[in-house]
Amino acid sequence: MPATLAPYWRLFLAGIRQQSTYRLAMFGGLVANTTFGFLKVAMLLATVRAAGGEIQGYDIGEMSAYIWLSQGLLGSINLNGRTAFADRIKTGDIAIDFARPMNVQWGQVATEVGKSVYALLPRGLPSVAIGALVVGMTMPVTPLPYLLGVVSLLLGFVISATTAYALNTTGFWLVETRGVQVLYMVVSGFFAGLFVPISFFPGWLLAIAQATPFPSMMMFPIDIVSGRVTGSGAYALLGVQLLWLLVTAVLGHVLTLAGRRKVEIQGG
Amino acid sequence: MIIETDQLTREFKRRGKPKLVAVDHLDIRVEPGETVGYIGANGAGKSTTIKMLTGILVPTSGSVRTCGLDPLKQRRELARRVGVVFGQRSQLWWDLPTAESFTILGAIHHLGRTELTARRDELVEQLELGEFLSTPVRQLSLGQRMRAEVAAALLHSPQLIILDEPTIGLDVLSKQRLRDFLVAERRRHGTTLLLTTHDMGDIERLCERVLVVDHGRLAYDGSLAGLSRTVGAQRVLVVDLADGTRQRIPFDAEKVTAATVLAQASERAEVRDLSIEEPDIEDVVRRIYSAAR
Ligand SMILES: Nc1ncnc2c1ncn2[C@@H]1O[C@H](COP(=O)(O)OP(=O)(O)OP(=O)(O)O)[C@@H](O)[C@H]1O
Ligand SMILES: [Mg+2]
Repeated sequence: MPATLAPYWRLFLAGIRQQSTYRLAMFGGLVANTTFGFLKVAMLLATVRAAGGEIQGYDIGEMSAYIWLSQGLLGSINLNGRTAFADRIKTGDIAIDFARPMNVQWGQVATEVGKSVYALLPRGLPSVAIGALVVGMTMPVTPLPYLLGVVSLLLGFVISATTAYALNTTGFWLVETRGVQVLYMVVSGFFAGLFVPISFFPGWLLAIAQATPFPSMMMFPIDIVSGRVTGSGAYALLGVQLLWLLVTAVLGHVLTLAGRRKVEIQGG
Repeated sequence: MIIETDQLTREFKRRGKPKLVAVDHLDIRVEPGETVGYIGANGAGKSTTIKMLTGILVPTSGSVRTCGLDPLKQRRELARRVGVVFGQRSQLWWDLPTAESFTILGAIHHLGRTELTARRDELVEQLELGEFLSTPVRQLSLGQRMRAEVAAALLHSPQLIILDEPTIGLDVLSKQRLRDFLVAERRRHGTTLLLTTHDMGDIERLCERVLVVDHGRLAYDGSLAGLSRTVGAQRVLVVDLADGTRQRIPFDAEKVTAATVLAQASERAEVRDLSIEEPDIEDVVRRIYSAAR
């Protein structure tokens, strides 16, 4: 590990370990995810049946796969826009971060991605397992979708972290960022494809969704890992994800530079 | 010169009120190896100064150089040379075992494995961290945490140590231990020390030089002895007598020892119990300021 990357690797591991100390919260999250999973099963599978067993290219097994994958990702994707970073700005603890010889943005993102990866164990995998056992789901039988899917999932985690980070840099200017977060929360889940696949949206709404980073966090990884999008289509989605990673990372970087000169570190 | 400020000023805008000048045209010079106490009443501008010295707050006007660097433009370079403790903020990872923080900070400061191990072992021994290295930070007592905070700030062997109220909330024994450590650390490594505190004991034990700031302006710059002389700071010997009364005997610590005063008191009456009150910093500062006018 080159010395320049070592801090971020350490912080990634710290994110994993930090998250692993909150077992009870994780379990609570899983229970909630599963409950809402069955709610989605009841509604979406009924819709598929009413449409004659297939709707927008989803049959029962594929719709079930979509439901449980999306529920499983809830522990790993930040759809409420709240991060530890927002609190650090608010309390002035950000002073600690700036007094370290490192890139503050990368440090925050590394920790958040660590938390996301860990959440797959107590929330992601059990959620998918419950779906597969109780409802049954159609998944690919070749390895490639899974391989690309892992890459896409990781990209989704990073984009979730860079976007939440960029959002929270508004705290450099606003003392209270809750309003911005609520706004974020209202659109994020919808555009990420949490409630229905975004391909169900009418054209104009789909266009709006695609102009945001949210599908790259959840919908695209699900499309790839479930084998709905394969071959060049899958690589194209990965390309779009990379683009959003770049856009949100650069945005966060620029806002950090500007905000750092502005911020009135709170507290003695 | 390790710290050099020139007309350093920081204002804060306030809604519906005139702006507040927290640091007001401050000129400070500190040479390598000095130990400087930076004292002043609540709100005098100490923390604000420290934030500008470390490049985390932008001055409104004036300039500052720390370790010969521009703290804003060379923030990361500076962070390798400075260790900071903000008494009421933690730089440790709350949910993780204490030792883990040192591993992460070692990576952040690009310390090699052997370098990190040697330094960490040194600090663990000196600050007696061994017994709680595997305890999560959130379960540490305040005293334990402060020792770990200091170790975290010194892990990369900085040239300059800045401590913003490092002994806040510590009991007498813990304060003593921390001061002893800082004295020894400085003797071993020749580190420059800048310290803010409201505890006169910290200053007496640690600082050769004292800067007093008041309303953002420098009110005194010189030795501690000189400071006491200037304000005639007095200790007070408090004695409880056998007849149940309590006497307060002020004395000048420069001229007479507490033992002598006690001996004289005992000649006159039977002393049951005693304590010594130190002049407190607020009092000293208040007198400095009224003397300056
Ligand atoms: N972020 C901020 N926004 C507005 N005013 C601030 C801010 N930070 C500090 N101040 C004001 O600047 C002045 C100096 O504050 P500072 O924290 O530097 O004092 P201090 O000397 O460290 O005091 P203490 O001994 O209480 O820690 C105070 O009047 C404080 O209210
Ligand atoms: Mg302060």
